[in-house]
Amino acid sequence: MNSALVKKDTFALWKKNLSSFWSIYRQNSMGLIGMVILLIFALMAILGPYLVDITIMTVDGVTQVIHPPTSEYWLGTDDLGKDILAGVIVGSRVSLMVGLAATAISMVIGTVVGIVSGFYGRVVDALLMRFTDVFLVIPWLPLMLVMAALLGPSLGNIIFVIGITSWAGTARIIRSQTLSVKERPYVERARAIGSGDTHIMFYHILPNVFPLIFANTVLVAAVAILSETTLSFLGMGDPTQVTWGMMLHFAFSMGAVSFGAWWWLLPPGICVVLVVLSFTFIGYALDEVLNPKLRRRDQ
Amino acid sequence: MNMRGYLLRKFIQASITIFIVVFMNFFLFRIMPGDPIRVLIRNPKISADALERVREQFGLNESRLVQFWIYLRDLFSGDLGTSFNYRQPVWDIVMERVPATVLLIGTATVLSIIIGVLLGVIFAWKRGTRVDIVGLSVSLVLYSMPTFWVAIIMVMIFAVYWQIFPLGGMGMPGTFYASAWAELTSQLRYMFLPTITFTLILIGEYVLIMRSSLLEVMREDYMLTARAKGVNNRNLLLKHALPNAMLPVVTLIAINLGFIVGGTIQIETVFSWPGLGRLMYTALTNRDYPVLQGLFLLITIAVIGANFCADILYRYLDPRVKS
Repeated sequence: MNSALVKKDTFALWKKNLSSFWSIYRQNSMGLIGMVILLIFALMAILGPYLVDITIMTVDGVTQVIHPPTSEYWLGTDDLGKDILAGVIVGSRVSLMVGLAATAISMVIGTVVGIVSGFYGRVVDALLMRFTDVFLVIPWLPLMLVMAALLGPSLGNIIFVIGITSWAGTARIIRSQTLSVKERPYVERARAIGSGDTHIMFYHILPNVFPLIFANTVLVAAVAILSETTLSFLGMGDPTQVTWGMMLHFAFSMGAVSFGAWWWLLPPGICVVLVVLSFTFIGYALDEVLNPKLRRRDQ
Repeated sequence: MNMRGYLLRKFIQASITIFIVVFMNFFLFRIMPGDPIRVLIRNPKISADALERVREQFGLNESRLVQFWIYLRDLFSGDLGTSFNYRQPVWDIVMERVPATVLLIGTATVLSIIIGVLLGVIFAWKRGTRVDIVGLSVSLVLYSMPTFWVAIIMVMIFAVYWQIFPLGGMGMPGTFYASAWAELTSQLRYMFLPTITFTLILIGEYVLIMRSSLLEVMREDYMLTARAKGVNNRNLLLKHALPNAMLPVVTLIAINLGFIVGGTIQIETVFSWPGLGRLMYTALTNRDYPVLQGLFLLITIAVIGANFCADILYRYLDPRVKS
């Protein structure tokens, strides 16, 4: 068998798996709603700067500050006369980017720790899992706040802090799956023909824990977006960047609550809730697709 | 494994975790960029001579290992350092604010467990109906909301628009009340919004876990046996299903503690509640590192301790774990 043929087979297999995945997934209305909301926000994040005239982001004199919605400014203005709608649209880009980048870091750490721990077992496992437990038990928000405060406010630091504190749950899940995968015959066969540890972990274990990683990513993403909002709100964000969390931070510290400026406080929060909710919905749907036991039970 | 062995193992595990946290807490505040002396002095024009004297005074000229040893020694004698901002021992500042936070967290936790378990039972009993679907959706939405944002909305509705409750705080210091009753109602008015907000935040998870746990239990064989024996619906729920279904709730309380701590930071910030959460926020904004460090350590130890207790309680409650 030549390698081109193998590639073609792999491709066909992928295509078949994907289409069977989709045929189950699309029956799940929750998953579909989540996907649609997320797509809308993704479009907003990508097209944002082209949709919004950048001039309405700039200060617009003193007559228009903290103004309720008008026909010109659909969501009103903030204390500097900036358009809230423009802020929400532009903010989607950085908010989503921070969430996704932090999720990526968290997933890489969680997957590596989980697979290595499960694969090697014994001392390695005991040490890594002890370490994982420490991260599981430490209250996450104080830890993130302390780290963010020490590193200083910047987007990179926020991403790093969220990523480095949120991998423990993933590591535990991946580890238990690895424990069951490594006992399967093909792993033994690979070892018999002389495959190294790294090769086995990468080519035999990783593909088999992948569905789990996939489902978990979505849930971690929801947590990461919430974390970014909370850290920014508590003053740990980058003041030069527009994110939903930073908008809420400025609104709160400028006294939007006592002004009753709902148009300033509600839109960024609603965006966060919608994005988190859509990730959660997709997570539930994926769980049902990837976990046939759950599917049968609901019928 | 017998109870004593189990206790010992859990205790050693918790101790190791605490030691790692102490270690992390020390080095986190030292390996981070920036010279601690610069943060301490806040005067960029200080002479090299004076700098050296301060360095000596705070033991910063010693090696890292010696510094760690001094830190440990001080820690065990209850010395967490002195606040940059308040110029008082960190321990005293923290302890002063414990009661307010315990009051808030305690009330909200008890309320959310009672209401959450109740709703969970109702939803499980009526699964698939409109009540169940609406209830689940609301729980899910509440769960997706940033805590501080819910707090802000509550303040806007009840304190700004309707002005039924105060904006925040814990009552005016030095106010004279006509009677004990007047004092109590005033205190309750201040407590109401933060407590209700916290309860709303916490309740979702209890509802979800109680519902799924009860549904799980109702599928067990012993439930069928009980029904076959002629146990009526009421007793079936109260005597057979609930005690078993409550077990995950116990674990959730412990797991949730980290979440609760995170929640209290946000809620106390929005409501200006004079507890540990607000202390953390002010320490963050003032870059008051000793307070931040001490607070982080004490909160973490409290959470680890609570987890340890929950482990033991769980084992005591669930005889199946013992074997």
